[in-house]
Amino acid sequence: MKAIDDRTLTRLKIITFLLALLPLVKLIVGAFQNNLGANPIEKITHITGFWTLTFLLITLSATPLRHFSGWSWPIRLRRMLGLSAFFYACLHFLTYLILDQFFDWPAIAQDIIKRPYITIGFPAFVLLIPLAITSNNAMIRKLGGARWRLLHRLIYPIAIAGVVHFAWLVKKDLTQPLIFAGLLALLLFARLSHW
Amino acid sequence: MKNPVAGNIPASEITPRELFYNRRRFMQMAAGASAAFLASKVFSAEKLSAGKSSAYGLTDKLTPLEDVTRYNNFYEFGTGKEDPARLAGSLKTRPWTLSLEGEVHKPKTFDIDELLKLAPMEERIYRLRCVEAWSMVIPWIGFPLSELLKKVEPTSKAKFVEFITLHDPEQMPGQKTTVLEWPYREGLRIDEAMHPLTLLTFGLYGEMLPNQNGAPLRMVIPWKYGFKSAKSIVKIRLTEQQPVTSWMKAGPNEYGFYANVNPAVDHPRWSQAKERRIGEFFKRPTLAFNGYADQVAPLYAGMDLSKYF
Repeated sequence: MKAIDDRTLTRLKIITFLLALLPLVKLIVGAFQNNLGANPIEKITHITGFWTLTFLLITLSATPLRHFSGWSWPIRLRRMLGLSAFFYACLHFLTYLILDQFFDWPAIAQDIIKRPYITIGFPAFVLLIPLAITSNNAMIRKLGGARWRLLHRLIYPIAIAGVVHFAWLVKKDLTQPLIFAGLLALLLFARLSHW
Repeated sequence: MKNPVAGNIPASEITPRELFYNRRRFMQMAAGASAAFLASKVFSAEKLSAGKSSAYGLTDKLTPLEDVTRYNNFYEFGTGKEDPARLAGSLKTRPWTLSLEGEVHKPKTFDIDELLKLAPMEERIYRLRCVEAWSMVIPWIGFPLSELLKKVEPTSKAKFVEFITLHDPEQMPGQKTTVLEWPYREGLRIDEAMHPLTLLTFGLYGEMLPNQNGAPLRMVIPWKYGFKSAKSIVKIRLTEQQPVTSWMKAGPNEYGFYANVNPAVDHPRWSQAKERRIGEFFKRPTLAFNGYADQVAPLYAGMDLSKYF
C-alpha cells in the first residue's frame, strides 16, 4: 500500500474541497449574469441533481480505486466526497422545496405519493441524512466500526434510487440516466468481484 | 411651494433644455440600436407583416423574444432545450414545398411563397402550454389552417388530418438518433383542424419564424399541449383513419391523440394542475383547454377526457 504524507493529504483535501465547490460557484455566477436560460429553476434543479449523482459515483469509486491501484488516499478523501454529494442533494431538495414548489405542502405530499420519480427520490435524500450526520470520527467511535459500516452500506440503495429517480423523470431521452446507470453498475460490479 | 433643493443649485449647473433633450435623444438612439443589435443576434429574419386580430388579443404579458427563441422542444435538433437555437442553422427553409394529399378532391403541392400569399396574415397572441408544465405567451403570425384545407376540398371520407415534418438527418442532426420515430408525425380530427383557432403559422414577433421555432411553417393549436403543433411541415395528409403520432408511438400510455391541455388529467409521471409561465417565479394554475374552453369545449361534448387524453 502506497501511503502519502500528511501534508500531501491536506493539500489533496483542500483541492478536493475547492473542486467540489466549483459547480456551485459556476451556478451562482450564472445566476448573477442572468445566464441560466429561460427556465432558471429547471436548470438549477437539473444541475444540482447532476452533481449529487456525480459525487455519489465518485464517492463509490474510492474503494475500487484503492483495490486496483493500491493507493490509500482515495479512501482518505471519501468522507469529503460523500459530504459533497450530500451538500448538492440538499441544494437539489431545497430548490424543489423553495424555488419549484414554494412550500406548497399539499402539492409536495401529492408528489411524494403519486410521482414515482419523487416517491423514490425523496427517501433517497432522507436516507442520506444519517450518513452525513455520522460522517465524522466521533460518530464512528460511538457507533463502532462494524455498525458504522453496516449503516453506510445504505449508499448502495441510495445511489441506485438516485439513478432510477433521474431515469423516471426524463421525458424521452434516456442517454444521461443510462450513462449514470452504466457507471454505477460498473462500480458495484467492481466491488462484488473483490468480495 | 419653493423646492429647497432646486433653490440651492446655481443656474450654471443646470443643463440647458435643448442640450438635455439632445442628450436624451442620443441615449434613446443608442438604446434602440443596441436592442436592434441584440435582436439581430437572436435571429436576423425577414419581416412578416400582419393585421392585428383583436379577436385573438390576450392581456397576458408576452414572453420575451429571447426566451421564445432559445428555449425550445424541437427534437429534430436535439433533446436539450437550448439545442435547437444552437443547431437549427443547418435547416434550409428555401426552397420549401408543402404537399396536401389523401382524402382531398384537389391534391396539390404548394410552394412556400404561394402559401405566404394564400390568405391574409393575422397576428394572434396565444398561450403555449408544454406537456412539461411550463408555458409562454407568443404573438404568432399566420392564418387559419381551414383556409388552406378549403383550397384542396376534403372529401367526405376526410375524418383526420396528419402533419408530417421534414425528414433529413443532414439538415436535422437530431434525426440521427432514435429518440423518436422520424419523420415527426402529428394529427388532428378534421373538426379540430377546421377550427378558427387552429393556425397555420409562418412567423412570430413580426418576423418570419426562426428555424428553431419550426420554420418555414408550423402548426399552432393553442388548446393542446405544445407537441401537437408540428413544426417545419412538408406534408399534410387527410385520412379516414386516426393517424398514429410520433409521441403516441413513443409512449402510448403517456401521450394520447388528443393531448388537450387539462389540469384534471395528470401525465402519468407528473401533475398537470399547475404550470410555470416562463419568466415568472410562482406557478400558476393551468386552465382547462389552456383557457380556450369557451371556443373548443363543445368539440369534445360527451367524451371522457381522462380516457381520450
